[in-house]
Amino acid sequence: MDFEFTPEQEEKREDFTAFCKEEAKRAPEGWIGGMAAEETDEGWAYHRSVVEKVAAKGWLCLPWPKEYGGQGHGPIEQLIFSEVAAYYRVPAIPMHFMTVAAGILMYGSEEQKKEWLPKMARAEINWAEGLSEPNAGSDLAALTTTAIADGDDYVINGQKVWTSGAHRADHIFILARTDPNLPRHKGLTFFVNRIGPGIEFRPLIFMNRSHLYNETFIDDFRVSKRNIIGKLNQGWYVMMAGRNFARANISLAAAGKRDLEDLIEYCKQTQEGGEFLAKKPLIRQRLADFVIDYEAALKFAYHVCWLQTKGKDVAAEAAACGYYANELNLRLANTAMEIMGLYGTLKGGSKWAPFCGKFQELSQWSSGFTIAGGTTEIRKNVIAWTGLGLPRD
Amino acid sequence: MGGSMNLDFTEEQEILRRTARDFLAKEFPKTLVREMEEDASGFRADIWKKMAELGWMGLIVPEDYDGIGGGFIDLLVLLEETGRACLVAPFFSTTICTFPLLDAGSEDQKKIFLPRIAAGEEIFALALTEPTASYDAAGVTTKATGEKKGYLINGTKLFVHDAQAAHHLLCVARTNFQSPPEEGISLFFVDAGSQGLKVVSLPTIADDKQNEVVFDNVLVPEGNMIGELNGGWPVVRRLLERASVAKCAEMIGGADWVVENCIAYAKERVQFGKPIGSFGIIQHYLAQMWTELGHARWLVYYAGWLLDRGLPCAREAATAKARMSEVYRHCTRMGVQILGGIGTTREHDMGLYYRRARQALPLFGSPDSCREKLAHEIGL
Repeated sequence: MDFEFTPEQEEKREDFTAFCKEEAKRAPEGWIGGMAAEETDEGWAYHRSVVEKVAAKGWLCLPWPKEYGGQGHGPIEQLIFSEVAAYYRVPAIPMHFMTVAAGILMYGSEEQKKEWLPKMARAEINWAEGLSEPNAGSDLAALTTTAIADGDDYVINGQKVWTSGAHRADHIFILARTDPNLPRHKGLTFFVNRIGPGIEFRPLIFMNRSHLYNETFIDDFRVSKRNIIGKLNQGWYVMMAGRNFARANISLAAAGKRDLEDLIEYCKQTQEGGEFLAKKPLIRQRLADFVIDYEAALKFAYHVCWLQTKGKDVAAEAAACGYYANELNLRLANTAMEIMGLYGTLKGGSKWAPFCGKFQELSQWSSGFTIAGGTTEIRKNVIAWTGLGLPRD
Repeated sequence: MGGSMNLDFTEEQEILRRTARDFLAKEFPKTLVREMEEDASGFRADIWKKMAELGWMGLIVPEDYDGIGGGFIDLLVLLEETGRACLVAPFFSTTICTFPLLDAGSEDQKKIFLPRIAAGEEIFALALTEPTASYDAAGVTTKATGEKKGYLINGTKLFVHDAQAAHHLLCVARTNFQSPPEEGISLFFVDAGSQGLKVVSLPTIADDKQNEVVFDNVLVPEGNMIGELNGGWPVVRRLLERASVAKCAEMIGGADWVVENCIAYAKERVQFGKPIGSFGIIQHYLAQMWTELGHARWLVYYAGWLLDRGLPCAREAATAKARMSEVYRHCTRMGVQILGGIGTTREHDMGLYYRRARQALPLFGSPDSCREKLAHEIGL
């Protein structure tokens, strides 16, 4: 057992850190992290400018084979980059990037890999996600959006929801039903395409007034058969490959660790009743417990990544990694607000707001992260069924 | 420097694990665990001898002293198995007392004791804690005063595991009351048959053979001092870091047993016409136990790896001990809940783990004290 990185990996970490520290300086005022990228024009311009630099360095696709624009490194290098970028809150990876890339890498044809991956590596694509529907949330296999063959195309009709960032996107991936007679999750197909006629987005405003989510209405949207990733009716597995990849994500823990460091600093500098918060035994206990939790979350993410480098199926571990970090970040935000008391409720517009109101924002965003991409409960189901072998019904 | 990340155990470690698991399943079944809980000696000579033959007591003893020369991760692997089996033996005590000998013992002391430890001929018990029940230097008030013939030790040690079975006690005593607490501590090995030494057993939740040990003018030859006069505390601190991480490994083994057996039970036990493991609430209990244990485990392995490499580990040991203690306690609490009534009985093995989790929690640092140490380490 060895927790040490190679000298080359340490060198890469230094490069990533130097870059991210520099890019972080250019963040718009009150920047709280990548979830704000789609919200304002300013945030989006910052995101795009960072992503283009990252792409130029080849850091979006460190573990991909070189023929698809990758660097031929291992997943560990990618993990280090994700960790560093998230820690410095630099929006360095486009939304849904890892999900789509994993699907194409695992299930795409040679031709599709050559068509899509180099473009993604150059950050030329902004994806919108067409998975959930009004009546297919946690029960995603209940989706009713249909795709019907018509000549060389499929014609897609239906409604999607929680289409994060669609108002900034140029491409969409859609999971649609191609065979209603097959068992539910066996009749689905995974399409990718440029957004065009037949797709309409409507904003679905988040509780903090942010515009991240959208509803998507699909009306006779034509997609070439060439743009099916994987085989016809194999879409569920393409989607799950991406999900597992996205869930085994170190970014959540790395970003939360940075937020915790801010809270610790606040407690060192803030007095209450003539005593620094950092001297109060109860606060020391709570902060130390979060330090332990983030250390555990980061180490577990490395463990999952290690299993991935060995080619193991990590569905259960990935689900555990994701739900643990999401729940942790939500708990941190709520605890930070509690420690800050009335100040904790102030929003960024006030000069009195600590950290530009970051923690009250996080307490709202994090309530969505324990739902998006699989609720905590769904992830526990995945662990129980695939990891522990418990019966499904 | 320049490693290469590898989060697997070595093939040798996997063999050690399998051998230990097979041996304990055969030689130390739960019926024997229960028998030994009632047995005041806490010691079975025949099994101890076989453990020595397997090289367990010599695992961390260098080859030059007839040991195996294993590392700290090797020890963690073995302790996961003894924790899983609920082994009742003075193995943990003897092992942690081996560290000060390795760190600070003279060449003569090493030559005398290490081969005997490895051969299973020498049982050690750590006499550190006192009625203050703390693991800091200020808690040590037992005094050793220099005399012509050696040192006279006076004081009361409490929570001393395995003193009833030991050949020698490793006594942590104060040799200077004027200096700061950390600078007036010395270590002595004390013959368990010494005049003036009294051992009184303490009944505990885990029936784990703890004792009150009273030193009443116990005379110890000068040559029995381990390390420098007044230089004992740094040695004890390193011992405590290792002991706390080692205790975590036992807890991992116990928690693994609990999670595995609860999963198996949930698949078999039928209520309302279905296995209870098909109910969402039970699935989520188990998924959470598995996830929390999966996370805590890596804190322990990371701390163990630092110790294996001889790197500083104060913060990481506290991190591991705080979390693993609470995760083990929670796993056993939920384990009883999943098993239902039978889990609360003396008949079922679950109670063995439930009680051990509550015993291990305060040993070598309670979660609260570990978090306070951690808070201090991060500059709060």
